[in-house]
Amino acid sequence: MTGMLKEGQIMKIHYITGIAALFVVAVHIIVRLITPSFSLSLVYENVIKNYHNTPYIILLESILILVAIHGFNGLRIILLELRQNKPWEDGVAIFTIAATIALIAYGTRTIIVASGLGLG
Amino acid sequence: MLGKKNRGIDDSRIDNTTHNELTHKTVILNVYRANARKDDSPRYDTFEIPVQRWMTVLDALLFAKSYSDSSIGIRYSCRMASCGSCGMKINGIPRLACYTKISELSGGRTITCEPLSNFPLIRDLVTDFSQFFERHKEMAPFIRNDNANITDETMLSEFKQSPKDVDQYLQFSYCIKCGLCYSACPTVATDTRFPGPQALSQAYRYYADTRDNSSIQRLNIADDRHGIWRCHFAGSCSVVCPKGVDPALGIQLLRGHLMGFSRNEKKIAELRDPVSEQ
Amino acid sequence: METTREKNDNRDNREGLKGWLNPSRYGWERISYWLQRLTGVFLLVYFVGHIYETSSLVRGENAWNAMLELTQTPWGHIFLILVIGTSTFHSTNGIRLIFTHAGKGLGNPERPDYPYHAMSLNYRQKSGIWVALILSAIAMLYGSSVLFGGE
Repeated sequence: MTGMLKEGQIMKIHYITGIAALFVVAVHIIVRLITPSFSLSLVYENVIKNYHNTPYIILLESILILVAIHGFNGLRIILLELRQNKPWEDGVAIFTIAATIALIAYGTRTIIVASGLGLG
Repeated sequence: MLGKKNRGIDDSRIDNTTHNELTHKTVILNVYRANARKDDSPRYDTFEIPVQRWMTVLDALLFAKSYSDSSIGIRYSCRMASCGSCGMKINGIPRLACYTKISELSGGRTITCEPLSNFPLIRDLVTDFSQFFERHKEMAPFIRNDNANITDETMLSEFKQSPKDVDQYLQFSYCIKCGLCYSACPTVATDTRFPGPQALSQAYRYYADTRDNSSIQRLNIADDRHGIWRCHFAGSCSVVCPKGVDPALGIQLLRGHLMGFSRNEKKIAELRDPVSEQ
Repeated sequence: METTREKNDNRDNREGLKGWLNPSRYGWERISYWLQRLTGVFLLVYFVGHIYETSSLVRGENAWNAMLELTQTPWGHIFLILVIGTSTFHSTNGIRLIFTHAGKGLGNPERPDYPYHAMSLNYRQKSGIWVALILSAIAMLYGSSVLFGGE
């Protein structure tokens, strides 16, 4: 997939996901701090309650997608600079995409299952 | 422009305007010795050099070569920071030996001279610049303008370019290809396909020149997985550049055009009437 | 171009990872490059760990509380304070880099003159690094007060 996109397009995605992630992570941290307080926000029932709040789970999913793309693309950039041969570069591209998808899938599973917990 | 002190620029790491008092009559020169062909283990040879005010590191090396060991391999030519031949690492930082006075070094009485990093070694302080020049050539470092007729002598003309147009690229044209920026760059340290700060800043030099009308092709050359995007503005290239080229500025400006942040419309210079018609 | 690039493609005398890991020789921009890389990798590792630790939610309250016992400890708090500091630095410096990468805040080309100081290394963009470091320190202090201060 990285072969289908020009490097300039990938980097634009990197910058945009970085800025967007900053906003959503900031909201996430503020929510943890004030609802109702940091230590109480970690109590199991309060955590589950959050997962029943649709805007909040959209926020979490956004964080997951944006930070995963930004983070693994950053790692791809570092790895590309370390070695330059076709097997390595292809391997890095595949690893980046696979790791991003795997992490998003794993986190989304948590969100979906948790949003069904504590009901009824 | 002359003597501007308050540009809010801090270049204290490589500051050739500050000089220390010479407290010793001699300095110890540690010179890296190795021969890539013979594959010997590298070593450092030490020379004690009598030092005078305003003596440069190149003077010290040539003194060692003249009076102690004539086999020291060293490349130099103009001795006035014009040719770029004498680039080497002096106390760990890439500098021109002819442009570095002993009095401006702060490492005490010992001066260590090593070959430039990121260049294959030939011998002692001499390195191979062929890959560096290849990267430069990849950027098509010449004016391309299909409106200019350069084959028909009767159609010879000149481009109209104002001083303001020249100022857009002039500082980047002062590059002497000394390789110090290439040696300092952290991306060049690991990425063998990265063009390096010199080549990329020359890409901007020709991009910004109003006489050139191949802007799209120049951007396409730079827009590569191992091209301009692997520059992360570590700024080391501009710190070490002895001619004020500021390659980091050129690279970021070129990237701004690539990202669409800068206005991409360049007014291409007009041609005057051919000389034969004037 | 592929063959031209692969010619002389040796790693002789390249600084390698050592070139990345030593930030001390070239001023603040090099230090910021080093910190941005370090904090980025650290935050990615933390993020993967965070997604894993929060997934204990789906295994029920006991699993969640067991995870909290592991992480809500003094060392866990110190680690989280590091995360707060690194994410603040990485974000703030990242915004500075987005501007500088686009050529903004670096000045315009002009005729160079002795002592040939580089226009791009001006205080305007350099101060962004210091702001990032200061904000990061403030965030870490605030995080310590929340985590260790108790509520």
